[in-house]
Amino acid sequence: MAQLAGHYTYWVTVLLMAAGLYILIARGNLVKKLIGLSVFQTSVYLLYIAPGKLIGGTAPIVDAAFQVYSNPLPHVLILTAIVVGIATLALGLALVVRIREAYGSIEEDEIIAADARDGDRE
Amino acid sequence: MIAAHLPVLLVVVPLAAAPLIVLLRHAGIAWALAVAAAWFALGAGLALAAEVARAGVGALVAPYALRSVAAEVPPERRYLYYAVHCLCLAGLLGMTATGDAFNLFVFMEIASLAMYILIALGRHRRALLAAYQYLVLGTIGATFYVIGVGLLYLATGTLNLADMAARLPAIEGTRPVLAALAFITVGLSLKAAIFPLHLWLPNAYAYAPSAATSFIAATATKVSVYVLMRYYFGVFGAHLVVASLPVPQILLGLSIAAILTASLVALWQADLRRLLAYSSVAQIGYITLGIGLATRDGLTAAVVHLFNHGITKGALFLLVGGIALRAGGAGFERLRGLARSMPLTCFGVTLAGLSLIGVPGTAGFISKWYLVLGALEAGHGWLAAYVVLTSLIAVAYVWRFVEAAYLSAPAAGAARVAEAPLPMLATAWLLVGACVWFGFDTSFTVEGARRAAQLLLGGAP
Repeated sequence: MAQLAGHYTYWVTVLLMAAGLYILIARGNLVKKLIGLSVFQTSVYLLYIAPGKLIGGTAPIVDAAFQVYSNPLPHVLILTAIVVGIATLALGLALVVRIREAYGSIEEDEIIAADARDGDRE
Repeated sequence: MIAAHLPVLLVVVPLAAAPLIVLLRHAGIAWALAVAAAWFALGAGLALAAEVARAGVGALVAPYALRSVAAEVPPERRYLYYAVHCLCLAGLLGMTATGDAFNLFVFMEIASLAMYILIALGRHRRALLAAYQYLVLGTIGATFYVIGVGLLYLATGTLNLADMAARLPAIEGTRPVLAALAFITVGLSLKAAIFPLHLWLPNAYAYAPSAATSFIAATATKVSVYVLMRYYFGVFGAHLVVASLPVPQILLGLSIAAILTASLVALWQADLRRLLAYSSVAQIGYITLGIGLATRDGLTAAVVHLFNHGITKGALFLLVGGIALRAGGAGFERLRGLARSMPLTCFGVTLAGLSLIGVPGTAGFISKWYLVLGALEAGHGWLAAYVVLTSLIAVAYVWRFVEAAYLSAPAAGAARVAEAPLPMLATAWLLVGACVWFGFDTSFTVEGARRAAQLLLGGAP
């Protein structure tokens, strides 16, 4: 039990991961799918950041007053990953806007039905 | 001094060309810059065998793109196409050049984001949906890869692939390492469109602009397969992946399924581009089959086929782009009697098609030959027979083109179309020529691949 509680960050990570993937698969709305994708990516940020933190640790600046430092590398990596995530989300939303202009809908089943109806319309 | 930093320079030049193109906002200059950057990458890449294929196709497609893009992309957005092309090239070259697990992710996302944009530029509105689906699946793949890298980082404390390989044997077989292997395999398989994770590929290839399709089909999935091989044999090590886990068996099973189903599905497509897209899934199956054999000849076949299939599919999609430009599409009803009006294009498709089948005297034969040798070396005689038999399905789908273009009369009232524009034809024929050339002169491809296979399996080169 204590072990379970001690690893609660991992539980949150796995929960977010599964929730994100579930939204992505279960929802037909293209924007909601992107939200799921975003939640899924966010869980990975947590996976990297949480182990880098030491309780009572400080920023890695050498000073005689501090002995315990947090690992800065995961933070730097995740800063990059966040930028990548934002770029992906922005591009995905831009595509949804264009899809709505072209199809008049952002529901996946309606779009597929429209494609089946119109055949190869340009 | 310069030689030591060549791999980095190779990535930086296209990367720097992209914002320059956006600032200049002129399609002509943009095209010239994209060509210059891509040719520089090729010139520099010749010094480094691993990158030649990628840079070469990028360099060839860039001049080709001028006419094709002019026909398919609205004028005010053309310069952006070239900017994205440069970004994509930079990302792919970065993926091959880097030795850092996290940098690899960043380069992968640079290339992927650029690819989503290239696909969305297609004329048909389905291109948008194809780009969206690729974006969702590609991002899941990349995120799975990052999860795997994160677990490896937590277990080893390093992101450098070489350091990781040195530290992994001590903790081999622990659960985080196995989980990391699984996440990285699934993530990269999504990017590489390994069956059954290929669902994004056919629509993406069929609806993207022709120049983009040739570029992506010849490079993108291949780079991911290359990275997967690097992880299997360079980081985790053959003794873990091959000896103590059923990875080769799983890969073999998936490859066998991929080759058969994708070839059969290709046979029933009504559009030449979709046919070629499904054939790509089958050909990736042959590559993973080589990896799954995990013998020296098997890996040689996988590496050779990475290259040979890259040039073959690149040539095919370039030529089909010409057909789409002149005939208004690549549906089989438009191909009827096309050999009379576009003889050079159709002959090129037929020659490259022979290479796709693996007829002796073409590049495709060399890969199939080593694949059969690898299967025999691993003691799977039936697998060798399977490779030969499934090539017959490729004969059938290439024959569908030959029948339509050469043996059918043109549809009544169809307008006579002109031969494809010269720049497009010339670049496509360069690649077709390469398909034949590498069918006879194997010193470059096979020797390079053999050295790579030796290195991957941990022997002295």
